[in-house]
Amino acid sequence: MEDEQSFSDICGGRLALQRRFYSPSCLEFCLSCPRITLRSLTAVTCSVWLAAYGLFTLCENSMILSAAIFITLLGLLGYLHFVKIDHETLLIIDSLGIQMTSSYASGKESTTFIEMGQVNDVVINEAIYMQKVIYYLCILLKDPMEPHGISQVVPLFQSAKPRLDCLIEVYRSCQDILAHQKATSTSPEGGDKIISASNRRSHSGMGAYWHRQEDKSEQDHDPASRIGHCDYVQSFMHTR
Amino acid sequence: MGLVFRGAAEAGLGAASAADRPGPPDAVPNPTPTPPAEGADPGSSRGPGMVLKAFFPTCCASADSGLLVGRWVPEQSSAVVLAVVHFPFIPVQVKELLAQVQQASQVGVTVLGTWCHRRQELEESLGHFLEGLGAIFSHKPWFQLCRERGSKSWSCKATHWRGPASPAASGEDQVMLIFYDQRKVLLSQLHPPMALPDRQAGDTTASAGGLAAVFDTVARSEALFQSDRFNEGPVRLSHWQSEGMEASILVELAKWAAGPVCLFLACLLSLISAASSCRVFKLWPLSFIWSKLSTCEQLRHRLEQLTLIFSTRKAKNPAQLMRKANMLVSVLLDVALGLTLLSWLHRKDLIGQLADALIPVADHVAEELQHLLQWLMGAPAGLKMNRALDQVLGRFFLYHIHLWISYIHLMSPFIERILWHVGLSACLGLTVALSILSDIIALLTFHIYCFYVYGARLYCLKIHGLSSLWRLFRGKKWNVLRQRVDSCSYDLDQLFIGTLLFTILVFLLPTTALYYLVFTLLRLLVVAVQGLIHLLVDLINSLPLYSLGLRLCRPYRLAAGVKFRVLEHETGRPLRLLMQINPLPYSRVVHTYRLPTCGCHPKHSWGSLCRKLFFGELIYPWRQRGNKQD
Repeated sequence: MEDEQSFSDICGGRLALQRRFYSPSCLEFCLSCPRITLRSLTAVTCSVWLAAYGLFTLCENSMILSAAIFITLLGLLGYLHFVKIDHETLLIIDSLGIQMTSSYASGKESTTFIEMGQVNDVVINEAIYMQKVIYYLCILLKDPMEPHGISQVVPLFQSAKPRLDCLIEVYRSCQDILAHQKATSTSPEGGDKIISASNRRSHSGMGAYWHRQEDKSEQDHDPASRIGHCDYVQSFMHTR
Repeated sequence: MGLVFRGAAEAGLGAASAADRPGPPDAVPNPTPTPPAEGADPGSSRGPGMVLKAFFPTCCASADSGLLVGRWVPEQSSAVVLAVVHFPFIPVQVKELLAQVQQASQVGVTVLGTWCHRRQELEESLGHFLEGLGAIFSHKPWFQLCRERGSKSWSCKATHWRGPASPAASGEDQVMLIFYDQRKVLLSQLHPPMALPDRQAGDTTASAGGLAAVFDTVARSEALFQSDRFNEGPVRLSHWQSEGMEASILVELAKWAAGPVCLFLACLLSLISAASSCRVFKLWPLSFIWSKLSTCEQLRHRLEQLTLIFSTRKAKNPAQLMRKANMLVSVLLDVALGLTLLSWLHRKDLIGQLADALIPVADHVAEELQHLLQWLMGAPAGLKMNRALDQVLGRFFLYHIHLWISYIHLMSPFIERILWHVGLSACLGLTVALSILSDIIALLTFHIYCFYVYGARLYCLKIHGLSSLWRLFRGKKWNVLRQRVDSCSYDLDQLFIGTLLFTILVFLLPTTALYYLVFTLLRLLVVAVQGLIHLLVDLINSLPLYSLGLRLCRPYRLAAGVKFRVLEHETGRPLRLLMQINPLPYSRVVHTYRLPTCGCHPKHSWGSLCRKLFFGELIYPWRQRGNKQD
């Protein structure tokens, strides 16, 4: 089962969120970033070639022009292969783990998989990014030393940077699956994690500090009251 | 096809009933009651709607029907299927084989369920027969995987036998199928994620959870994969090697030859190291020279590496094996590059040209230094020097250069012979040749080093004198006992002489400082050139080329983790995933498998370097004192 919605990112670009529902325990979100536009490509190429031509008129060496062509080609290939991300995918499989894939414009894919045993929770965090305050979705990893501690924060959808409405969609589905997973988990502390109407205070290794209050046992589908249930205290953390 | 044990199924677990139905040929009914199979672990509490995971090898997806053999991991509720046992079989022999494998590999291999690869819909009798097998090899939960031939539709069932009285009350769980490439998982090695900088790296194994168990199971069950279909064993298995074990003649020959060759080379190397550590070389002048030359350090390093490679002890773990392989490839590459260099030198007869050019170059350098000193003795950069001191220092250094040139000219007939022998040493490796080059540069610029030392000592003396007399000026003194500055009352004549000396030193400071500056810059230039050469040598020494090559050609061997892909899914059918190996990025390969080097890294930070330069302390940036980093 597949459906597609359109959102916008923090700079106003169009994003497309595709959700694929394979089974109650397996869900995939695919967020497509805005494509590289012809305008920006032309602008960069023209500026590089104008600069090269300017140098050529100074130095009278035709190697500069060939070098400029090379640089443009190699730069474009490098940009497509290493920098420009086409779409980011989040695959959640109950009882296995969470997988994040970034597909670059040249087709290269880089994947990270986090086992469910290491995942503490999936939350939405606030951060100061340049001159804006943005929301981002992140996975909190468990600390092997402390049972309820957090060892690392893994941010998701780093290059797409969607806005809060898109994040809420993803967040809700993730929480459904995580709650289901904890309910059926065989670990001894699986049982008392679902009834977390209590406060949970966690510290990540990077100094983020968040405080979340939510009653998970109430499956509330009304978006407004769902957000009203959660208080997110600001955390000052750079995403990049 | 197998045993039909309908009677046993109805009577439940542990019932002693003989087979009444005539089964297909080659089946011997088992009249004795079968004990519950190993691995049935009722310990984990399971909630309703639990999803079980079944790791299924891709090579068995097209195998004929049979029994699933593997390991059940109750903590992750997952079953790792290792092989398929085909019909016909005798249950006792299957159990014997599994017991053997279990003993050999310490892995709890059991019969997990049945596998059915059929053409059309399930026949009644076959269904009951397959369920009946569950009574012989009782395992909780009992998996029943089924696939229609030629199509992609799979069906899986996992059932629990609740008790002998009511088999109908067995619960069924959802099963998720995860396909994995058995050969790749067997050969790959998982690298745990790097420890965070603010945590100790001692507890990383605590997080190595479910998937590491799968890798571990497959890797340790090699004993199960030893029999292929050409073996005339009692039990017919299907796994990644069942089409025939693959091996390479060259590898086998190399393994045979490795034993005696290693022994021979180990003896040779031990002779060499014994000879090099004999008493003669430990006498004072020789040991001092050896410690200063980087060539000796490099040779020693290479000797150690070769001893490690050819030692007759087997590698204890994969990391050691990789290290040995990396060292071997590094040594071979080094020697190959050295031989290339040698052939290039000889082809163009560069050694002769180099020898002819060396003396004029040394003369030219000496001349340039003389010009420099003449410039310093005049009015360098418009500064006015103290004439007398200037002349003294300048003449002193000029005489030094004259001595140096005389020595070079004395040595000139032997230069070509020496260079030829040095060039020959390139066949020991490019790193040795580069080290010798670095040492030759050090020897040829020895006079610059001497000038630097004189200038630095003079300047250091001056600075210390100045600081001490400055304290006297202010009426203070350095208390050596308490290591601090104390006030002190001086006599008038002490103050008078002190002030006089202070003034003299202050006015002589620019001259000394200028000489010090010039020679320090020259020395730093030489050190920079030597440093670049050492950097190159370090790079060749420490780069793990074998690991990089493995990452390039066989990326599944070095695994950072896994990745999953959801295969075609139809509603009502179980979820199917494909598990692939996520290879390690190149930067992590280099970081994990770097070889230890001589540790020729400057131990100062920039701040301490500047401080030493300001106070005139001597700097030894490339000191090699056996500082080995691991």
